[in-house]
Amino acid sequence: MGELVRTIDWSPLYLSIKTGIVATVLTFFLGVGAARQIMKLNNTAKAIADGILTLPLVLPPTVAGFFLLLIFSLRRPFGRYLLEGFDIKLVQTWPGCVMAAFVIAFPLMYRNARAAFEQVDITMIYAGRTLGLSERTIFWKIVVPIAAPGLASGTVLSFARAIGEYGATTMLAGNILGKTRTVSVAIATEVTAGNWDKAGFWVVVIILLSFVIVAVMNLIAGKNRKNGSGWM
Amino acid sequence: MALKVKIDKKFHGFHLNVEFETNGGCMGILGASGCGKSMTLKCVAGIEKPDSGRIIHNERVLFDSEKGINLPARDRHVGYLFQNYALFPTMTVEENLKIALTGKGKETGSQVLEQISRFQLKGLEKRLPSQLSGGQQQRVALARMLLCKPEMILLDEPFSALDGFLKDTLQLEMLELLNELNQDVLFVSHSRDEIFRFCDRMILLANGERVVNGFTKEIFRKPEKLEAARLTGCKNISPIERISDHELFALDWNIKLKTDELIGDSIRYIGIRGHNLVPAEKFGEENTMKVSLAGSAHTTFQHQYLVQNAKGSSAKIWWIREKSKYDTEESESIPLYLKFPKEDLLLLS
Repeated sequence: MGELVRTIDWSPLYLSIKTGIVATVLTFFLGVGAARQIMKLNNTAKAIADGILTLPLVLPPTVAGFFLLLIFSLRRPFGRYLLEGFDIKLVQTWPGCVMAAFVIAFPLMYRNARAAFEQVDITMIYAGRTLGLSERTIFWKIVVPIAAPGLASGTVLSFARAIGEYGATTMLAGNILGKTRTVSVAIATEVTAGNWDKAGFWVVVIILLSFVIVAVMNLIAGKNRKNGSGWM
Repeated sequence: MALKVKIDKKFHGFHLNVEFETNGGCMGILGASGCGKSMTLKCVAGIEKPDSGRIIHNERVLFDSEKGINLPARDRHVGYLFQNYALFPTMTVEENLKIALTGKGKETGSQVLEQISRFQLKGLEKRLPSQLSGGQQQRVALARMLLCKPEMILLDEPFSALDGFLKDTLQLEMLELLNELNQDVLFVSHSRDEIFRFCDRMILLANGERVVNGFTKEIFRKPEKLEAARLTGCKNISPIERISDHELFALDWNIKLKTDELIGDSIRYIGIRGHNLVPAEKFGEENTMKVSLAGSAHTTFQHQYLVQNAKGSSAKIWWIREKSKYDTEESESIPLYLKFPKEDLLLLS
């Protein structure tokens, strides 16, 4: 065991955590923003937009990977444009890991945020308006705090999904040790190579990591919930 | 001080079409639930937009569909007390007050302190709304609303979320407060008692239409319209057939009645309040009916009897006696005859 820990290359762990954090920050703000914008649409537009934004959740991640490659591949116009115009490259790079994790985790954040916002009593918003508050103040100071438990659970789920991302990540970002090999990619690679002990090690690491993060977030959410113990 | 309102709005197959003016003071809007009274208030506040119409307060145009004016709620300077008080649940009492002063200059701290002592909220500053009683929540909501220095106050069923014991005390406090503020008030309620207590003038809404408009006491004394009689609490109403200028036949009750008032051509119904019926000595007196008991109920302070014409008619008539006269004795025996006093008959169109 000691021998195993000494020889292990820790880069997949750092990469996973880094990817998870950056992707979660992105999903948080874009998910909240998307939820807010979509609530302003009429019912038909809402149904269509909601369907598109939710697709990555229900499709196999490889389908998302396919589309990501279709967009960002250096052999495709947009990918080439990004590289030549802005020196941005997503294929076989760490930003590709983030992009893949973001796309897959986004629907979880968006859906949780929207559900949380829709549950906010509309008279709260009316009250804010009659008190002369701006829409921005109403959103950030009244709506977001009321929706906080839903936003928190959306964040936790997004993070958990982001650090576990495999399918879209391997397709877009590949599997380069120290660059794009995250823990979930490492597990598959080690198993393929027959290194069951290393694969098992990463499995334990990722279980512990996920469990600790979810447990900590639950504790925080529980502390903020002041109105009793719920209905059971 | 004057408020002129004319609103036309269709929503969910419902048509609200209401017009009224106030001349200062407290104006009541009475109606059953779903009659459009809350929607009227929301239109005045700028929360909902009428399809067409005009809302003008003290020469200030808040809404005018023809001129394309629609001030947003935040610029209307209207204080709105919501039915559930709409306190922000994640904020303490203090924070709920403070947010009302966002972007409204300095000295917010001292204004909040002043308001806390004025509305007897000392010691509750750090509590969340869910940790307050209904009455305390109402005081916080009033305090918060008045921090914005509204030019008009809208009260939407202000007492419906409270239990009876608190209600009376809070109503007295609210009366005092409104007198002190001396501002235009619109008071929406489904409770005729509240409207009677608070409002000098009232309008009555049914199905989105204004039924009557006038002085509250006058409307209660003489409702004139069928809907008005019902909403002001008249339980006994019967369609009629006119016999002569001062005589009619009440079809449901199967009785001929003489009236003080002239029976105009538009009169279709006759009404009498349950407590206006009086026991009579003998048959043969005018407007007297031989009755039989069909049911009874006894509330805290009233005996309520359901009687019907012994001569044959299935329509039930409510007869209400205040209990104080009879202590708590719950007698099921009723007089043989009940009289419909001429002067208490309500002629309705």
